[in-house]
Parts: sequence; C-alpha cells; structure tokens
Amino acid sequence: QTVTVEVLDHLEHLALVDFRDAEGVERLQKAIRFADQLREVNTDGVEPMDSVLEDRCLYLREDDVTEGNCTNELLKNAREKVEEYFVAPPGNIPLPKLEERDTFLQGS
Amino acid sequence: QVAAALKKGHVTPTELCQRCLALIKSTQFLNAYITVAEETALKQAEESEKRYKSGQPLGVLDGIPVAVKDNFNTAGIETTCASNMLKGYISPYNATVVQKLLDQGAVLLGKTNLDEFAMGSGSTDGVFGPVRNPWSYSRQYKEKSVRKPHSDSEESNWVITGGSSGGSAAAVSSFTCFAALGSDTGGSTRNPAAHCGVVGLKPTYGLISRHGLIPLVNSMDVPGILTRCVDDAAVVLGSLAGHDPKDSTTIQDNFKPFELPNLPDVSKLSIGIPKEYHAPGLSSEILALWSKAADLFKDAGAKVIEVSLPHTRYSIVCYHVLCTAEVASNMARFDGLEYGHRSDMNKSTESMYAATRREGFNDVVRGRILSGNYFLLKQNYENYFIKAQKVRRLIANDFLKVFGSGVDILLTPTTLSDAVPYMEFIKEDNRTRSAQDDILTQAANMAGLPAINVPTALSERGLPVGLQFIGRSFQEKQLLTVAKWFEKQVKFPMIQLEEVKRHNHDVFQHEKSASFS
Repeated sequence: QTVTVEVLDHLEHLALVDFRDAEGVERLQKAIRFADQLREVNTDGVEPMDSVLEDRCLYLREDDVTEGNCTNELLKNAREKVEEYFVAPPGNIPLPKLEERDTFLQGS
Repeated sequence: QVAAALKKGHVTPTELCQRCLALIKSTQFLNAYITVAEETALKQAEESEKRYKSGQPLGVLDGIPVAVKDNFNTAGIETTCASNMLKGYISPYNATVVQKLLDQGAVLLGKTNLDEFAMGSGSTDGVFGPVRNPWSYSRQYKEKSVRKPHSDSEESNWVITGGSSGGSAAAVSSFTCFAALGSDTGGSTRNPAAHCGVVGLKPTYGLISRHGLIPLVNSMDVPGILTRCVDDAAVVLGSLAGHDPKDSTTIQDNFKPFELPNLPDVSKLSIGIPKEYHAPGLSSEILALWSKAADLFKDAGAKVIEVSLPHTRYSIVCYHVLCTAEVASNMARFDGLEYGHRSDMNKSTESMYAATRREGFNDVVRGRILSGNYFLLKQNYENYFIKAQKVRRLIANDFLKVFGSGVDILLTPTTLSDAVPYMEFIKEDNRTRSAQDDILTQAANMAGLPAINVPTALSERGLPVGLQFIGRSFQEKQLLTVAKWFEKQVKFPMIQLEEVKRHNHDVFQHEKSASFS
C-alpha cells in the first residue's frame, strides 16, 4: 500500500523536514518496503533489545557540580542572542496547514 | 617506528608535522581533509619537541600527527559533519577521545571528510564533495586499469574510499597522518579501511567514550581507529579506552592497555567461518581470499569450523529501521537556535525550524529523518520499531551462541568487492548502496562486538581487499593478537603513489614501513 498524503503531511509536521519532491516520497515508500522484510522473522517470545549493555548497571555519580560557567562559550555559536538568552521567533504558532504551506505535497 | 625515531632524535616533531602538512597540500585532490589546523598543529608539534628535548615525552603518541573525522567535536576547530547545518560551527569543547589523544601529545593535523552526518558507505555525500581513494593514483591500480584511448582516464577512473570515514582512511592510507579516528555505526570504519588498505578497528560498544562524537545511532555508534598496522591500532586503543563519566554508555570495568605479543600463536584457537557471510554479490576474488585465509589458520594448527548466524541477512533491515528511528531523534537538536545554520525565516519557531532544516540537511539526512519518524508513528511503532528491536536480540543471540560453543574469533570478508569507480557508485542511491555495502559489517554493530579489518591482498584491479575478524565483547586483546598474526602472514603491499613520491621523496626515505609503534 502507498502512504497517504495525510500521513506524509503528518510526517512533515513531526519531523519539520520536507520531502521536497517525488523522489523524496518514493524514498520513503522504498524504505517501508525494505523494512517490511522484518515480518519474515519469527519473534514470538522475544523481548525487544534496547542496548547491548542491558545487563550492566548504569554509572551514577554524586550530585555535585563539577563543571559549568561556560555561558560565553556556548552563546558564541548562536546566531541570534540577547544578553544571555537565545532568541527564538514567536512560538505557539503551528506550522501552516497543507493547503497553506509551500510544500511539494500540495500538488498530490 | 616513528616514535622510536622521535625518541632518538632522528626526526623532530615539528619536522614530522611539517612534512605531513606538506603532504596534505600535495594530496589535496584526494579531498580527504575538510579542515587543516596548520597553526595549532605546529604549535602542538613545538610543545612536543620541547618535551623530547628535555627527555620527557608523554608517551608513544607524543608528537605523532593524527587526523580526526569531522563528526568529533574539536575545541576551537570547525566541526561540520560535512553538512550545511554545521558549517561554521566552532566546537566549544573537545570530544573525550580527542582530548585523550591531545593529552598524550598527539598532533592534530585536521578534520577529515565524510558522508554527511556519517550517513553513507562511500564518503561521497558530504557538502564538501567526495573523497578519492589514494589507491586510484597508485602504480598498482594504474598498471591494471584498461587504458582507454582519448579518455582522461585518471579523472574518470578514480575509485571511492568507502564510508563513511573515507577521509580518515584516505588520510592514513596516503601517509598524511599516522592514525586517524573514524566512527563506526554500520561499518563506517571497517568499510573504508578495506577499500583503502588500512587497518580499521571497531571496538566493543561501551569501551571507548562517545562524548563529543556527534551521534547517529546512540545504541550502536563507536569511535573507530584507523592505522597502517595492527600494533598501531593497539597503541591508540590503549590511549582511548576506559570509563568516561561523561558518557554513561561506557562500562566501568578497569581497562588495562596491552601490548601485542611479537610472535602471536594461533594454534590453540578456534576460528569460526559463518556461512551466511557468503552473501549474494560476494566477488569470487574475495571468496577465494577468505578461503585461503581459513587455510592459513588451519595450517597453523588452529581449529577452523563452519558456523551459522541464521539472522545475518535481516541485520541490514533491522539496522535500517533502528538507525532511521534513532536518527529522527538525534537530528531533532538541529533547529538553528543554539548552534549551526539558522534560516532567516522568522514567522514562528516551527516555521524557522522547518526552514533551517530544509536548508541545512541534504536528501539522505532528510530521507532518514522522515523514514525514522514513519517507523515511530503510533500505528507503526509495534510493527517496525519494536519488531526491529526484537530482531536485534535474535542477531545478538546468534553471536552469543556461536561464541558460547567454543569459537574464539570469526573470520569473514569485510566488503563484497574492491572499491568501485565513483562514476559507478553514484548510479545507485545512498540507501541502496548502504544496504549493499554494510551487509558484512553491520551485524557486529548490532551486537556491539569488536571487529577489525585487516588489509589482505590486492585485487585483480590492483585495489586493496581486506578481511574482517569479529571477536567476543571486550576481548580486544585476543582479537588484535589474531589480527596481528594474520597481518604478518599476508604481508600486504605498500601503496606506491607515483606523483606524490616525486615531490616528497624525503618523507618516504624516513618512513619506510610508516608505522609509529
């Protein structure tokens, strides 16, 4: 089955990245078909594996401050800043809907 | 050998550094380096020289020129990951492994080229262009290539380095540095090592800190080591391994650096030959070499048996799902606010992020992010992501079973064929290529096991072919010992770079075998 435009639109919203052209959409279709091969494997009774180090204990250290105070260093790489703040455009404005967005998906 | 020369004063760190820098300039056509840190390198070399003069070098690595893949953070030096997203980004800190090298006195020459964000198997998809395999310019390759009349054969015939740590592999292979750091998530260190005829070590997951390595797949990434011989790899490993409080995925066990025996003995070992690694598309040349290698071990008294890792062929599919899923998460940090590229679009945070990411990422990266997000959708989570995690366990268990049955080391090919010409390689898209090329190297990342590529012989086209050894978790000493034995047996030939040799006769005078340990 092919992926619907609703799902493609949803993905562009979630990822905040665009498909750009038919090739991009086809890339996803191919990726899904490739991944579908997993169905051939019998995984009954198998637990998902998060990490190869799952049998080990995580390292915990004392909750003491050992480094920091590098505000200037960190701000150096930001393009827009004011004093010690990163400046962002207004939030709480959702990405425009499919019909209003400049996206390849509009034509589909 | 070079370390001994430094100690005896036959050559000084600054001379060494200068020669390497000159060599980098004369091999610029390889496009192996993105950034060359000339000033800081010379300064480091000077400091090293002072230490040698006062008889107090920091260790074997003091004064040794090294290169680092451009997805490791290096303080004060641009770190781009070969992407527009990070062009101009100057790291405020050193990755732990970089810091460790510098603490040992190594001289950081520069940052090497890669596929954008380490996604790819050719080192062809970065914004700074593809890396050329130094062997394209070797006498061995030229002698074997069919001379086409009227064609600019050099320009169109050059072969890829493999990837994604192609720049690092090319740098080591062309003598511009003595060791380089790469990263290995699906084979990204071993693949280019095989194509460039150098040693490529992927350590056990959890042995070396990933702090400062810009992550691709957090549960599989490891820093990789590229050198010209196995002993060198052991030395670098010794200086990098160990627990790092800044990386919670490093194990807490004490790591003891080791030296490899001069005359390794393999007669008491059991070598496993996984039959599934006779994958479709494996060239007959490599198959023959693999077979010959198995015989070498047999003749030396080792037990060589065929084993089975039944889920091998699903490794690449599993990787595809898990990788894209983790990538979707890891790439979310690139929004233009704190670092990196930022779009001029200012209407809202979401539209700014979207525009920044449109502008900053190439097709491959965007494609993986979108695929990853698809597999993580509520309706797909169980069938793709969780399923892949279950298959991962099956793959890891395959290895556990084989190692548990008495096999010490697995011997497999590293790549399906020798390096292909760039013009051939780009005919297929990145994902297809990665799926083809990572087939033999991927499973080791899935299971977190250590693996190493050892250059074995030249193909009929005069290009390097390597074989891979996979070992038990955290048994790098055994793995490297076997690798060293094998290296001594095959005596892989040194690359004969024609043009470069003419200009840099001196370099070759002093560094005959070009190893530093």
